[in-house]
Amino acid sequence: MLLIAIISVLIIGGFAAWLAESRNRDWPKWVSLFTILLSSLLVIPLFSLEPITMQLGATTSQWLLVYEVPWIPRFGISFLFALDGLSLLMVALTIFLGLVALASSWNEIDHQPGFFQFNLMWTLAGVTGVFVSLDLFLFFFFWEIMLIPMYFLIAIWGYERKAYASMKFFLFTQISGLFMLLSILALAFAAKAITGNFTFNYFDLVGLNLDPDIAWWLMLGFFIAFVVKLPGFPFHTWLPDAHTQAPTAASVLLAGILLKTGAYGLIRFTVPLFPQAAMEIAQVAMLLGAIGVVYGAVLAFAQDDFKRLVAYSSVSHMGFVLIGIFAWRELTLQGSVMQMVAHGLSTAALFMIAGALQHRLHTRDVSEMGGLWKDMPRMGAIAMFFIIASLGMPGLGNFVGEFLVLLGAFQVNVPITIFASLGLIVAAIYSLIAMQRVFLGTPIANRNLRDFDSREVSTMVLMMLGLVYLGIHPQPVFDMVEPSLNSLYELTGPATEWVGALR
Amino acid sequence: MYDLIWVIPLAPLVSFVILFATQGNLGKTQVAYLGVGSVGLSALIVVAIAYSWLNSGSSEPYTYAVTSWINVAGFNPGISFYLDGLALTMMLVITGVGFLIHLYASLFMEEDGDYSRFFAYMNLFVSAMLILVLADNMLLLYVGWEGVGLCSYLLVGFWYEDPANGAAARKAFIVTRIGDTAMALGLFLLFMHLGTLHIQPMMQAAKQTWATGDTIPTIAALLLLGGAVGKSAQLPLQTWLPDAMAGPTPVSALIHAATMVTAGVYLIARTHELYLLAPLAQSTVAVVGLATLLIAAFTALTQTDIKRILAYSTISQIGYMFLALGVGAWASGIFHLMTHAFFKALLFLAAGAVIYSLHHEHDIFKMGGLRTKLPVAFWSFLIGSAALTALPLTSGFFSKDEILLAAFDVNPWLWAGGLLGAFLTSIYSFRLGFVVFFGQINTEPSAPAGARMAVPLIILCGLSIIGGWFHVPVDAVFPTIVDSHHDQTIAIITPLVPILGVLLAYLLFLRKSLDLSTLLESLVGVQLRKFFFSHWGMDWAYDKIFVVPYTRIARMNQADVVDMAYEGIANITSIFHYLTSFTQTGQLRWYAFTMVGGLIFILAIIVGII
Repeated sequence: MLLIAIISVLIIGGFAAWLAESRNRDWPKWVSLFTILLSSLLVIPLFSLEPITMQLGATTSQWLLVYEVPWIPRFGISFLFALDGLSLLMVALTIFLGLVALASSWNEIDHQPGFFQFNLMWTLAGVTGVFVSLDLFLFFFFWEIMLIPMYFLIAIWGYERKAYASMKFFLFTQISGLFMLLSILALAFAAKAITGNFTFNYFDLVGLNLDPDIAWWLMLGFFIAFVVKLPGFPFHTWLPDAHTQAPTAASVLLAGILLKTGAYGLIRFTVPLFPQAAMEIAQVAMLLGAIGVVYGAVLAFAQDDFKRLVAYSSVSHMGFVLIGIFAWRELTLQGSVMQMVAHGLSTAALFMIAGALQHRLHTRDVSEMGGLWKDMPRMGAIAMFFIIASLGMPGLGNFVGEFLVLLGAFQVNVPITIFASLGLIVAAIYSLIAMQRVFLGTPIANRNLRDFDSREVSTMVLMMLGLVYLGIHPQPVFDMVEPSLNSLYELTGPATEWVGALR
Repeated sequence: MYDLIWVIPLAPLVSFVILFATQGNLGKTQVAYLGVGSVGLSALIVVAIAYSWLNSGSSEPYTYAVTSWINVAGFNPGISFYLDGLALTMMLVITGVGFLIHLYASLFMEEDGDYSRFFAYMNLFVSAMLILVLADNMLLLYVGWEGVGLCSYLLVGFWYEDPANGAAARKAFIVTRIGDTAMALGLFLLFMHLGTLHIQPMMQAAKQTWATGDTIPTIAALLLLGGAVGKSAQLPLQTWLPDAMAGPTPVSALIHAATMVTAGVYLIARTHELYLLAPLAQSTVAVVGLATLLIAAFTALTQTDIKRILAYSTISQIGYMFLALGVGAWASGIFHLMTHAFFKALLFLAAGAVIYSLHHEHDIFKMGGLRTKLPVAFWSFLIGSAALTALPLTSGFFSKDEILLAAFDVNPWLWAGGLLGAFLTSIYSFRLGFVVFFGQINTEPSAPAGARMAVPLIILCGLSIIGGWFHVPVDAVFPTIVDSHHDQTIAIITPLVPILGVLLAYLLFLRKSLDLSTLLESLVGVQLRKFFFSHWGMDWAYDKIFVVPYTRIARMNQADVVDMAYEGIANITSIFHYLTSFTQTGQLRWYAFTMVGGLIFILAIIVGII
């Protein structure tokens, strides 16, 4: 069973890395590398699976893998793992960014390297579990698993305000997760009231004929948990602190994949479980997304801390994802998924650059930088590439995502789309200012800095190629997630009805 | 032959990738061969295609699908090219003039340490510009559109160590992006109503869906115009172009004179069927063009920096192209685009040769008397200025004359305004020429530049003279004008006015027999000159209205006001914690007292006393 194997490899690899520290302080990272390479070997066969058709509510959907073993039969809880194109894409992104995170922290961690690698591997295991669990109890279990090691990564290996930042991260996620837990339990009870049995099984819960009022409250529990994670305005304020204080590897994972679990949850659970209720909140959600796009960009412009700046840019970019999900059109959903992947790559790279700068300059304050291109032309050129990708340059992945979202959302709500489009302008402002303040201009001191070495360049080049590929040949990604998304429309009724109801 | 069309944008793109990947590790000769040669290869293929196109006598458009791109929910733009007379003309200008400028730059930039980076950006630009004009759908066009904007940013800020260059580059990018965003909204609107972004099917669908004067096509056309005024530096988004002169001179010649800034003209010409459905939008194009050409011409009169004079002149000449599009003289607009590319590239390159020999001197009043010292530059300037002024038999004459006469047919006021602009053009052009090349020598020039700079100048001189006899092969693309009612007098007055302007400039700046100093030094004169010099205060106003408030508000909210709500919750929690911790005194009698007190309180409630 491949999915369990992947998660187990990561969990066991984490323990092994921890234990390896007592032998040699250099071993844990090699154990981690081996673990990630092994799990990526296990991911490869997933791409060639034959689709299975499953009943989902009133419709059918295409899955690549479904695997179920009872866990607590009395309450209808089971180990239900399932994989479709969307999950597979997210799992692949997770493992890839895990490798990137490992590369970015290769020489950075001197303190407790074994426990660090343990947390890194467990975060990956938790995220992978989130993307493949279709039993809500199991899903919640992994949702918590990915939180705690991330908390440790920030709290132990973070920077000057790590205690504050890690606590804030923990509280936001935990409190919002509590809402989701309540919703999950209430949903199981509601299922019992309707069908006579407790169940946490996604395939049984979708299409359940819930009382609209109850459905609305349950939907809200899921919605809040996922929007906090995304993060959507106004629940975003944990992110700048967490990102700024986290070590580079944690920032890469946080921005690259942890935020995507929020978007994934909205697509996978919030809307399909409660289509009518989600429809009622769609306008508000799109508006929050649009505000997030502009607000995040304006705040990014005002920051002096480079990591904070990138963090706010994430708020801005994930706003597009939120709009795309709640516009609920094939165009916008495909755009959102594309944006998730592209943002994962571009922001992970920007955090690596931020980390590399901090490692060399011992500051994140951009007012103490400037003219660094002179010393580090390779890093400068690579940073320029990712800055440009992140401001939405056509030909790169982020543009495809944002354009599809806006193109489709325009058909659903014109004023909100116009407002969100302002994000294209403000994104250019903060991005180019950041480039100027860090790399261009006159060098303020003669510092003789070390440019990117071949390890860093090759990691970066991988991500650059990824973004170019998504920009000029995105179709394989669209094709991969299309079956998953298609079944979702059928669940919620034809898109036109949706739009009609929205207006 | 046509199936080699994909090589045209690919050759410079491949060269860019090689130059980017090698990160300056190639020798200068290799860089020059690669950078110039790739554009040369594209130019050769374009010429070959043009040759067979013109010989075939057919004007049937040719479509070439390179590969599919996106196919989602019926939205399926591919990477495919559309070749017609308009695209062909644009490609000839881009690769032809582009090749000459690359050749020139291979010498001009030779002393620069970042030679390879320069050619990487230039090649990327040429590739993006070619994609822009070849795209068969709006999304691919948008790729080229943003791509040229990016290259403009990279090249304006090429000398990155000076923060002023960085500021100019950012301004260029951000101001044009405002227009681009309007254009994107226009595309969303068109897609919503027409269901496609493929240009030709979209235009057909537009004609079938809408009647002339409908609201939706008008809004869509105005939004596209927003993109066009950004890229082509027209009112109200023209303020970035003069600052963009911070880039190396070949960049100014290629991007900010000959090619990129005419992309807006191309966009409107490409979607002219939409504008025909939206007369209000089309008239707006004419008015924007006229207003811009006058504002910029007045400003050019007062400038002293040689490149800024040419920049304002470029804004003004593109205004003529917009005027042409606005009055429905589509072909004349494209014709002027071509002749302008010749003579303005010539003027910029000649200015570059002057700057090169004067060690980066830009102030025209520190030049002077260069006629005999720099003969190639002098003759280039003379020919370029004559064409810019539209003196009879030069290339600019044919194109501008057509535009003005067509404007008269639509509205005599448009003609009169354009004519006033032409008068001003002749004064500022020859002011520039007379001040720089005649009179006494103020700065001693070093030796004139070598052949790689001289040859492009000489070829462009030739094109600036004979370019007016070229026939732009766009007859099949645009509807022809049928309604022509200007009389002979108008046709005679039109070319005479620029000649009067040259005479006036001669009297003012060369003979100095006319003295306007009392007029210029009067209170009104001084204020007016200041006003013109500042480009009618536009930069000042934008700074006060947009830049300063935005920066201030953003900085004020640096700490994120939303977080205060959460901090508030945290603080209230700590206050409660603090208050309740007071009760923990460690004294047994206090605990006993509160326990008994609580018990009595609860009992009282149960019994019903309270």
